[in-house]
Amino acid sequence: MSDAAISTPAPREASAFWREVPRLLILSVLGLVFLAPYIWMLSASVKQTDEIFRASMTLLPESWAIIQNYGRVLREVDIARYLLNGLIMCGGILFFQLLFAIPAGYALAKLRFPGREFVFGFVMLGLLVPAHVPALPLYIGLASIGWLDTFAALIVPSTISVFAIFLFRQFFKQLPDEIIHAARLDGMREGTIVWRIILPNAWPAATAFAIFSVVAHWNDLFWPLIVVTGHEHATPALGVLHFRTEEAGDDFGALMAASVLMTAPLLLAFLFAQKRFVEGIATTGLKG
Amino acid sequence: MRESATGWLLTLPAALAFILLLLVPTLAAVGFAFTDFELGAGPPSWIGLENFYELLDDQGFLKSFRNTLLYVGIVAPVSVLLGLVLALLIESRAPLRGFFRAVFFLPVVSLTVAMASAWQYLLHPTIGPINAMIRAVGLTGPNWLSDSGTVMLSLSAIGIWEGAGFNMVLFMAGLTAIPKELREAAQVDGARSGWERFRLVTWPLLGPTTLFVVTISLIRSVRVFDTVAVLTRGGPNKASEVLLYTMYTEGFTFLRLGYSAAITLVFLVIVLALMWIQTKVLDKRVHYV
Repeated sequence: MSDAAISTPAPREASAFWREVPRLLILSVLGLVFLAPYIWMLSASVKQTDEIFRASMTLLPESWAIIQNYGRVLREVDIARYLLNGLIMCGGILFFQLLFAIPAGYALAKLRFPGREFVFGFVMLGLLVPAHVPALPLYIGLASIGWLDTFAALIVPSTISVFAIFLFRQFFKQLPDEIIHAARLDGMREGTIVWRIILPNAWPAATAFAIFSVVAHWNDLFWPLIVVTGHEHATPALGVLHFRTEEAGDDFGALMAASVLMTAPLLLAFLFAQKRFVEGIATTGLKG
Repeated sequence: MRESATGWLLTLPAALAFILLLLVPTLAAVGFAFTDFELGAGPPSWIGLENFYELLDDQGFLKSFRNTLLYVGIVAPVSVLLGLVLALLIESRAPLRGFFRAVFFLPVVSLTVAMASAWQYLLHPTIGPINAMIRAVGLTGPNWLSDSGTVMLSLSAIGIWEGAGFNMVLFMAGLTAIPKELREAAQVDGARSGWERFRLVTWPLLGPTTLFVVTISLIRSVRVFDTVAVLTRGGPNKASEVLLYTMYTEGFTFLRLGYSAAITLVFLVIVLALMWIQTKVLDKRVHYV
């Protein structure tokens, strides 16, 4: 009797489990499709060229070519330089974007000054224009002052983000006015308020925007392709492209190894801070 | 007085950068579109609408325009729908939620150029795993990226793969904003099946999110460039030319800046029209409170 009483919940749990099966099955199949490029990229990156060309369907290689493929990439491709260039570019862009956008966002949200609505109108207009539109004149401008193929050319055009101004304005609007009033009553100067009160409070919005900005610029090909010609200032995206077109040829193993090495840094950062990434993209998804 | 001085001082750097890097270049691009500006061909002169007349006769541009519409017409709806399905499947119950979310989100944070190479290998006519699978069942797979009949489909598939996870995350954010009590109330009121509850509660409340995701997907897919530049360069025989790639080659390869600016203007008008439609729909349809 008591045995039966204990075991009654079991069938219900089992049926709950079976109801999960179709859902998990669909997700797993779709998940495998989404992971296929990564799986085959990894697989080819450790295979011998002749095995890749036999188009065998096995994922694991008959004889491993890790050292051969990755060795060739590390010898011939300046991975460290491309990654460092990507870091300098993204860091520079983000620094100036925040430097311009945080004070402006605060002023538009909390300070009353003549022309404020006018300025905000331009911010909204700016949101409508994709970055590709001013590209031609910016290229001509940079060429005329001899800045092509420099870090400045990669960084400067992206330093102003109307989207960041908009984001920080919305964020600072939610801060209670009392904090600022209290600081003023304490005799703080306006500049000190920005530095001591506003900046520390801006971090949640700043991290979300930072993730959005770094992901966008790290992966961008359009603008670096326009302004950078040589290897010296090439970003990770350009680095892969150079190796593809100039050196890899039919060596798919090495090409896949290069792709793995260049994709890894941002992917690892994502896997370590998954929640922040997803939140960052979801809250800033606005601009895409 | 002190407040307005501070206000101006704090917006000034951003305003200057805005004028110099965004406003003036954008206006200049619009202006170029009405000139015959070519790099190294002497001073440009005003030619009115001539660039646009030329566009209407330019088979390459028309192909590029149609291809862009085709790409947007496939990628936007499918990636929105797939994003919604994934979000609903993942959000409904807890097990493995974080794992699946990460899997589908991976393409969003992956270096597009590198992943394009991976796709090229997958889609390779002779050594690619996809055609190897097709051969295994006794058929011959197409030359996915070099056949003018399949190249846009292949690029669209990559575009869907890139965008679905992004849409999924936006839908998941929208779903968590819907109170659980509403769905439970609907169940009490007789909406027994999951589909009924979705149709009566979730879908209407998801309206604003959906409109937002649709607009973003449209605008993101109009901007397709990377995969074309890496994998096909508009080929074979212009079968995969898209607006931004045509603009890029006209402007930066052939140095016909005026003509390229005219294509940019077409691109800008499409983006603005999509945003205008969004605000129109937003005004009329998506009121649910």
